[in-house]
Amino acid sequence: MNFVPKMNRRSFVIGSAAAGGGLAIGFDLPFGPKEAAAQTAAPELGVWVVIKPDDTVVIRMARSEMGQGTITGLAQLVAEELECDWSKVTYEYPTPGQNLARKRVWQSYSTGGSRGIRESHEYVRQGGASARMMLLQAAANEWKVSVEQCSAANSVITGPDGKRTTFGKVADAASKLPVPEKPKLKDPKDWKIAGKPIKRFGTEDKVTGKQVYGFDLKLPGMLNASIKESPVFGGKVKSFDAAKVSGMKGVKKVLQVGDTAVAVVADSWWQANTALEALPIVWDEGPNAKVSNATIAETLKAGLDAEQAFVGNQNGDIKAALTSAAKKVEAVYGYPYQNHVCMEPMNATARYTADKCEVWVPTQDGEASFAAVLAASGLPADKCEVYKLDLGGGFGRRGAFQDYVRQAVLIAKEMPGTPIKLLWSREEDMAQGRYHPVMQCKLVGAFDKDNNLTGLHMRLSGQSILASVRPQVLEQEKGRDPLAFQGVFQTGEHAFGYTVPNLLIDHAMRNPHVPPGFWRGVNINQNCIFLECFMDELALAAGQDALEFRRKLLGKHPRNLGVLNAVAERIGWGKPAPQGVHRGLAHMKAFNAYVAAAAEVSVTGNKVKVHRIVAATDPTYAVNPAQIDRQVAGSFVYGLSALFYQECTVKDGRMVELNFDTYNSMRIAQMPKVESIIMPAGGSGPWGGVGEPTICVAAPAVLNAYAAATGKRIRSFPLKNHNIELA
Amino acid sequence: MVRLTVNGKAHDIDVEPNTPLLWAIRENVGLTGTKYGCGVAQCGACTVHVDGVATRSCSFPVSAAVGKQITTIEGLAQSGALHRVQRAWIEHEVPQCGYCQSGMIMAVAELLKNKPKPTDADIDNTITNICRCGTFQQVRAAIHAAAAQA
Repeated sequence: MNFVPKMNRRSFVIGSAAAGGGLAIGFDLPFGPKEAAAQTAAPELGVWVVIKPDDTVVIRMARSEMGQGTITGLAQLVAEELECDWSKVTYEYPTPGQNLARKRVWQSYSTGGSRGIRESHEYVRQGGASARMMLLQAAANEWKVSVEQCSAANSVITGPDGKRTTFGKVADAASKLPVPEKPKLKDPKDWKIAGKPIKRFGTEDKVTGKQVYGFDLKLPGMLNASIKESPVFGGKVKSFDAAKVSGMKGVKKVLQVGDTAVAVVADSWWQANTALEALPIVWDEGPNAKVSNATIAETLKAGLDAEQAFVGNQNGDIKAALTSAAKKVEAVYGYPYQNHVCMEPMNATARYTADKCEVWVPTQDGEASFAAVLAASGLPADKCEVYKLDLGGGFGRRGAFQDYVRQAVLIAKEMPGTPIKLLWSREEDMAQGRYHPVMQCKLVGAFDKDNNLTGLHMRLSGQSILASVRPQVLEQEKGRDPLAFQGVFQTGEHAFGYTVPNLLIDHAMRNPHVPPGFWRGVNINQNCIFLECFMDELALAAGQDALEFRRKLLGKHPRNLGVLNAVAERIGWGKPAPQGVHRGLAHMKAFNAYVAAAAEVSVTGNKVKVHRIVAATDPTYAVNPAQIDRQVAGSFVYGLSALFYQECTVKDGRMVELNFDTYNSMRIAQMPKVESIIMPAGGSGPWGGVGEPTICVAAPAVLNAYAAATGKRIRSFPLKNHNIELA
Repeated sequence: MVRLTVNGKAHDIDVEPNTPLLWAIRENVGLTGTKYGCGVAQCGACTVHVDGVATRSCSFPVSAAVGKQITTIEGLAQSGALHRVQRAWIEHEVPQCGYCQSGMIMAVAELLKNKPKPTDADIDNTITNICRCGTFQQVRAAIHAAAAQA
């Protein structure tokens, strides 16, 4: 599964992440010819740490911050090894152009797939440790003693005979020393900064309105743009009547952007958007103008029994097991398109001249943004730059997909020298998503006469994200999309946890015209619902308790069992629930973390109250428990909003729901009490992610509790389509 | 020209009278702490106080704000001291991405003015802002903490 980057003299491949599946997938960027200076000039101790004479510690960050706390966590890891005073720590983003010019010393910028910490902890800790060793050596040199006689703590270095200095005083000398390679790292048992619930960076600016998001950027002489792309995916602009709006107040330019979109540029965004809404546009809607939910569902349904399918997980002989079964259980589930709906809609600001193109953008992957700037501007890498801004939500929309960057650059090219801030309206954001893909699933379970589960066939039918986004992966995989099997794969970070003697999990790929994308949790969302709801259906058919049924199948996977047992114990599984309250369970391994949830719900008429969810996560190491706690609770809001409310309906080839009035999201009144159990197992294995894994267990735990309460099994979503409301 | 009084300061701005207050505040007055999230008064990210009343400024024409006192997130702190809601937000580390929090804080500030000790039901009935990061558990705790400081 490991993707080996191809290298040649003129280009290299960036390991840009397809959000999970153990994949690193690339795109090409040419090298820039010049070394670029880092923002904070010196003294640089390796590439991750800069220490100023006043002892300020500046930690470089390649990953992006969108609320998940990764920047604080990574800084904790660097500071831990550096032995610096945490109160003196700040951070900065080296630009993607600098990274490229310095042969990618900061490595991956991709911030998706819950990989910010788990895939960079080792090299950033080494960066901190190397910097500490350089500082110690510099002090030892100055004192003419051996480095073994010196030690560092809290940004202070002490030596023999009461010698004492600070990091800031020796930083300049230290920066001239060689950078030690592969320094020894601390045992996590000795952590003092990492592993603690330290407060995150930036909160004060967020509560005072000072934080500058992409939407808030101001540049001298800047104009604002609003854009409309063909509402039918794959359609093109046929014509538009610019004269109708070009005289409107503030309007500076009406222009076509590529083949597919029209934009208005004006003094203010409100003026631009008002003119755009008044602009008559005729679309060539192309071949997809008749596609609807119903036609897509028919296509997927046919895949449920199709001969050809890609295998993701297999053992034993499922055909024989089904033929000889004493009892069979069968169910078909379906999952809809969903939009990310980041609170801050997509945006980018571009300034283009013949010899420079600069873009300011909230991005989950600065290097993907950079690649988009190169492609759209036509300029070489040393004439392009990207400045990252913190994100008003990302959730997977702002990483692999840089359509707004391309648009902003194309508009700016038409107005050289003028900075153009392109903001999408919420309606554009909903109409031009990169949607959680649609999937149906047929599950068949086989029992012997003693009610032992002897076989399981899980047939997925639906859309592949990678077929659209990274087709080169499918070429390597002989047509298969390995990401489709997240949570049910044979091995790796998304391995299936149950031991079933005869097993087949396969995927009939059916790709509608709607552009799919990585949506927080990606394919674990539907796979966990399919699998974990069906496990309850199987337990019911076998007359067994849902927890005991799972336990029997998890004997070989103690960490899966560990999180499941933890939530069962905390919720009081097997003991009486409060009057009218019913319970449900779910678990999965995802992004190398083991996660489980136990929900308590009550049902009154068509109203479901989710009272409480206990969640457990074992991500191997917990760098900041307070941030993990918030990610767990937040992931449940995202996941339960999707379960109850959210569907992007396709009609006439385009999306129907275009704002929160038809695409609802949970409010505080619906928020259950979330109790998180953070139970890192430690050890030398791979670290697990945090931002995504737990999202997948909320929905099946609630659905299983709903079935326990009502005897009704719901198998298609969102629940609003069944007239079920979240109370 | 329209005269708006924002955070105690008068601004003469050149906008159409039907321009939403949100965009006049952001683009003409130049205060960007108030956010656009939906434009249809659903999400609450644009919440400001108009004569002390929490108002979704994306759906409130600038003409209706003339002659009224408008307070934005930038004007919530008084004489350099953060509002107790802001302090509670920092103490409880409420924000994740933070984009919706200006509106959330403005809505909560009004709630506490009207109900100094709100119950959970008061919170549920009054605070209807959308937060996609899902900070609600911290929001609730911070509201009760801010109320306790009154």
